[in-house]
Amino acid sequence: MTSLFPEQTYDVVVAGAGNAALCAAITAASDGARVLVLEAAPREYRGGNSRHTRNFRLAHDAATQTLTGPYPVDEYWDDLMRVTGGETDTDLARFTLEESARLPDWLAEQGVRFQAALGGTLSLGRTNAFYLGGGKALLNTLYRAAERLGVTIAYDAAVTALEIEDGHFLAATVTQGDAPQRVEARAFIAASGGFEANIDWLREYWGEAADNFIVRGTPYNKGAVLKLLLDADVQPVGDPKQCHAVAIDGRAPKFDGGIVTRRDCVPFGIVVNREAKRFYDEGEDFWPKRYAIWGRLVAAEPGQTGYAIIDEKSIRSFMPSVFPPEKAASIAELACKLDLDPARLEATVSVFNAACRPGSFDPTIYDDCRTEGLDPPKSHWARPIDTPPFYGYMLRPGITFTYLGLRVDRQARMIMADGRPAANMFAAGEIMAGNILGKGYLAGIGMTIGSVFGRLAGKEAARNARN
Amino acid sequence: MPATEDHATPALREADRQMTICNACRYCEGLCAVFPAMELRRDFSAGDLNYLANLCHSCGACYYDCQYAPPHEFAVNVPVALAELRTESYRHYAWPGALSGLFEKNGTKVAIAASLSVIAFLIGFLALADPQVLYASQTGAGAFYAIMPHNAMVALFGTVFVFAILAMVFSLRAFWRDTGGASAGTSATGSLWRAVTAAAKLRNLDGGGAGCMNDDEHPTDNRRHYHHFTFYGFLLCLASTSLATLFHYAFGWQAPYGWSNPVVVLGTIGGIGLVIGPVGLLAARHRRDPEISADGQSAMGIAFLWMLLLTGLTGILLLVLRATPAMGILLAIHLGFVLGLFVSLPYGKFVHGLYRFAALVQYARER
Repeated sequence: MTSLFPEQTYDVVVAGAGNAALCAAITAASDGARVLVLEAAPREYRGGNSRHTRNFRLAHDAATQTLTGPYPVDEYWDDLMRVTGGETDTDLARFTLEESARLPDWLAEQGVRFQAALGGTLSLGRTNAFYLGGGKALLNTLYRAAERLGVTIAYDAAVTALEIEDGHFLAATVTQGDAPQRVEARAFIAASGGFEANIDWLREYWGEAADNFIVRGTPYNKGAVLKLLLDADVQPVGDPKQCHAVAIDGRAPKFDGGIVTRRDCVPFGIVVNREAKRFYDEGEDFWPKRYAIWGRLVAAEPGQTGYAIIDEKSIRSFMPSVFPPEKAASIAELACKLDLDPARLEATVSVFNAACRPGSFDPTIYDDCRTEGLDPPKSHWARPIDTPPFYGYMLRPGITFTYLGLRVDRQARMIMADGRPAANMFAAGEIMAGNILGKGYLAGIGMTIGSVFGRLAGKEAARNARN
Repeated sequence: MPATEDHATPALREADRQMTICNACRYCEGLCAVFPAMELRRDFSAGDLNYLANLCHSCGACYYDCQYAPPHEFAVNVPVALAELRTESYRHYAWPGALSGLFEKNGTKVAIAASLSVIAFLIGFLALADPQVLYASQTGAGAFYAIMPHNAMVALFGTVFVFAILAMVFSLRAFWRDTGGASAGTSATGSLWRAVTAAAKLRNLDGGGAGCMNDDEHPTDNRRHYHHFTFYGFLLCLASTSLATLFHYAFGWQAPYGWSNPVVVLGTIGGIGLVIGPVGLLAARHRRDPEISADGQSAMGIAFLWMLLLTGLTGILLLVLRATPAMGILLAIHLGFVLGLFVSLPYGKFVHGLYRFAALVQYARER
């Protein structure tokens, strides 16, 4: 077999090939470095979870063609503090938010296009810029830019070993098929995501429940490079037990179902567990602010399943679903179709219906439709489920990303366990996002972190390679 | 993934399946009119799907941008699904229904029609025209009519043309009614104008701004430009013919006309467009990524492009050589192709323009 790599020694080797990796490769190559990108996936699945993304969140002082209004750094900062509860490296966070403002111009230089502001799009039209055609279109454009700059991209090329001496990267072993090859480089950038697709690793923290998790993104994010680097004494960051998980359709494929498996019906009805009992306030807050907790809520229920029950009044109130709901003329019949106990589900629904106070239903505000004397309550948008046909969706936890990552400094340089910065190893993207996003989530910030730290890592790695 | 409605044909069911996935994703809504139109619906009737299929300009961008494109198990490939349904819709709305079978193996049938038409003209000329006239150089007013009398030309082409127009009007009416044309929308003139601009600029063939994707995921604007050559070339030729008719009947000025006559100027520019455009589009078809090529459509499209190309090419040859002894035979060949084109208008790729324009008007109305 011929060598994967036209050159024996590269200035910069990038593990991973999503948004962060490509931003790093493009920046390093623009600075004159010879760059090799190692993508574990085949070409058609290239780009990791960036393939499933759609937008990124950026600070800006005025509305533009693609953003409906200003979003100053300070407001961005407040939002970040709110979702993370302060679990963030403030220096890196501030840097990320400030740099986010520069991303549109830089991405446009690479050929990336954005969708015209659409007002209502997921209520993010003001804060987030939407890639025209979505994340895969972004990736195709970045790949094209990287190829123009002479970056070598190897597909089906998994990093299976790293030679690191005292925080100094020497070479990586790359396995394509059964043929391991050694590739040396002056600098190394890890931009290969988390371990959310590694069920064995998830089982260490979640036990058997992990077997019932559905992975929303690429099956290739197994955390192999993350594990190699943690074993080589790079300092970890982020809670290994935590992951971002949302409630998705139980019929979703095990991997790669992406955005279409999301179920947005929770605030319009009730959610019960396998015992046909409610377990959380479905109307606690607006869905975009709450949808991310439902993955963990469902994960904590028996069998990691939930069942959203709605009636005819609500079936058109949320995004159309890719899988049709179960549909029945009565609650008992619906229960049978969902494999729930009919008598118990009838009891749960009638108790809920009786507890609904009259009010004027309005999904755009915190309305006064709530339950009284019910535990758990439904605080808003509570309307009796009484208009047939009735509909039901089975829900499962869909894991988006994991929080465990590598600690980095203001140069995107990895920090070793002893606190010293690594000589020539950098990290960007999900693999270091935990530095900024210690917990919680802010829509689109993952891509922002990826682009900002990708560019930074690329610049620093190229500089490192020159010296 | 089951379809939301049980449709009559596999092409409808597949389009329904894919649109249901797309409607839950919507990442492509900035690319063209298909996706915003889709978002106005939750379920898709056969009429809705035929409307969306004809709204699609087959730019290919949504395939390369799609996170669910094959080998993903959802196997979303909107350009192919809609192209296959589009071909089926041409059959479905064809008038009279008895002739809808002409859309099967359409490429072969158009080629046969064109060949027969050319042969008929050659035989007719050889049998009916005086050899002394046919092989001699003809110049001056009425030179063409020395070979084929003007009245015979008008009777033949007029009949075929009127039938083609009628057939297309009835087909279009069926499409319009089926795809929601009867329902009230916004002001008709406003939507008509928006549709005209969208069609004139081929706004939906630019992948949302970057360009159409044809060979691979690299955008290019080639197909849009070559389509402009073809479409405007065709319009100029039509204008040239109409003007000549006017000259003939209103002023008694008989063809052939001099080089600087507007009839010849329009025809020359149009003819050049009808050569450059189809050549470019044929080349683009040849280079098209097989992943986004619908089998059923390619032969029909290729046949139509060849008809336009041969019409344009023989027209230019006729113009250049009209004062030589070759004129008689060239006239037979040119008229043969023009007749073949006219005959196949309602039963070939030409109808894509009618349905797509109607779909654009519909789109402008419902926005």
